[in-house]
Amino acid sequence: MNPTDTTLTELRDAIAVKAVSAAEATRAYLDRIQAHDNGDAGLHAYHEVFADRAIQRAEAVDRGEVTGPLAGVPIAIKDLLCTDYGYTTCSSKMLENFRAPYTATAVKKLEDAGAVILGKTNMDEFAMGSSTENSAFVTTRNPWDTDRVPGGSSGGSAAAMSADLCAASIGTDTGGSIRQPAALCGVVGMKPTYGRISRYGLIAFASSLDQVGPFTRTVADTALLLKVMMGHDPLDSTSANVEVPEDIDRVDEAPGNMRIGIAKEYLSDSNDPSVAAATQKAIEVYKDFGAEIVEVDLPHTEYGIPVYYIVATAEASSNLARYDGVHYGHRTDKAADLIDLYCRSRAEGFGDEVKRRIMLGTYALSSGYYDAYYNRALKVRRLIKNDFDAAFEKCDAILCPTTTAPAFKIGELADDPLAMYMNDVYTVNCNLAGNAGISLPGGTATVDGKELPVGVQLLGPSFDESRLLKIARVFEAATDHHTRRPGV
Amino acid sequence: MSKGQTITEADVRHVAKLSRLHVSEDDVHHFTEQLAAVLDYIGKLNELDVDGVESMAHPLELVNVLRADQERPGMSTDSALANAPAKTPPFFKVPKVLGDGPSA
Repeated sequence: MNPTDTTLTELRDAIAVKAVSAAEATRAYLDRIQAHDNGDAGLHAYHEVFADRAIQRAEAVDRGEVTGPLAGVPIAIKDLLCTDYGYTTCSSKMLENFRAPYTATAVKKLEDAGAVILGKTNMDEFAMGSSTENSAFVTTRNPWDTDRVPGGSSGGSAAAMSADLCAASIGTDTGGSIRQPAALCGVVGMKPTYGRISRYGLIAFASSLDQVGPFTRTVADTALLLKVMMGHDPLDSTSANVEVPEDIDRVDEAPGNMRIGIAKEYLSDSNDPSVAAATQKAIEVYKDFGAEIVEVDLPHTEYGIPVYYIVATAEASSNLARYDGVHYGHRTDKAADLIDLYCRSRAEGFGDEVKRRIMLGTYALSSGYYDAYYNRALKVRRLIKNDFDAAFEKCDAILCPTTTAPAFKIGELADDPLAMYMNDVYTVNCNLAGNAGISLPGGTATVDGKELPVGVQLLGPSFDESRLLKIARVFEAATDHHTRRPGV
Repeated sequence: MSKGQTITEADVRHVAKLSRLHVSEDDVHHFTEQLAAVLDYIGKLNELDVDGVESMAHPLELVNVLRADQERPGMSTDSALANAPAKTPPFFKVPKVLGDGPSA
């Protein structure tokens, strides 16, 4: 078998029966990274590759010293999850030389399950962005068309999965940062319910929204990774103390009677025709499967972006106050006094988008504006959650687009923060409400002579990922979109 | 937050100070423009009547999560200082905070 042209589950099984060794599989992925990720024409999905460590880990699997449900499978990690080896940079100059003193719980669980960590992936600085163009180091390229963005902020993880530079990858989703790049790169990407996976060791952006999740080739692979990573963690007091359903990885079980919700608020006329067509085709797939299609109302959908850019920036302004040029991170060499040390270290270490968001959040929380901005946003957040709660009384999952259009060109939106923010219009409400969402490959569009992936999204109620995955699997089993690969 | 109210360059200078961000005059100019556009869009929230709506700061209804009062190892001083850009172990090094006092 070719270990880089397979699913995570198939590779895991092949390694278990010694049809391929973990070391061979790891070397095969490292070779592909060497061939496709570096240099002028490279994708730049990875910021750092742990070649020696990965091979040693794989050899330990082959000797039977490391076992588990992920034994020997090579996985890439977004560079804001701490590892006590290598660097953890958040793609920021601020943390360019930062070596984390501990490993994030999500990563530790993967390693305890036998996974081989290949490296850390490029992202928008501190997860703020939708294209990886805000990385302080490099812009990752979309494997389907290297003139285009992979989406973001977990764009490196999405591109690595899409181009088979890993068997699976891990990202984080604060407003769509897994699902949007998954859609733009043609892979499965899931944000579980808020609190399902520990945030311990996840460098905080917006603590009430951030959630870890996987990128994979298939729904079954996503379920396998969720089963490993989910669960309460005493080190994260906001991780949910809710049992992980034991059927979470049995995605092929019949989902029973399905009620699929369609919300007109997500079917805007401004959606690209390829997106509208993919969503319509997905509705037909579920109809053919005997699902009941029900109309649901999410009347506060259009307020999601304004709420998000208050809530997320307010939380970020607080979380990022820790970068002071004293404890860790960049420190200016021009400080006149302590306050000047803070101001110059932060100004030199952060990029413009991070500065904009810190200032916006500080403004929204500042004296005289707190009620007008922050508290009002929290109230509208409640209305958005109430919309979902009412909708999930009438349906089991909401089917909608992940993004309004396929991948845009590198540079196209770089000077227009507000236009960039609109990328999250169909993903952000799920974070605000805290429920689960998954983006699936929904087909392709031909743009400028190139084939580009289009995503469809399923949103489900909190803490019922099991059923959402079974419903997602119905669509996947009826289509071949997930088998399409970019020509890398 | 009335419709049409927009952020001024003076506001941006003030917010930059609160945020401990050194900004140049060029920065102030372009951040003001960009933040004004974003705040104008956020003004959309004024369309809604939110009287009596309960605020939602977090998806989980958690209050005072406490861990067991048990001794456990913490981070060592070496580990805590390992990433410090300037240090004199066991201390972080910062510019002088207090003045030299009145000269004798």
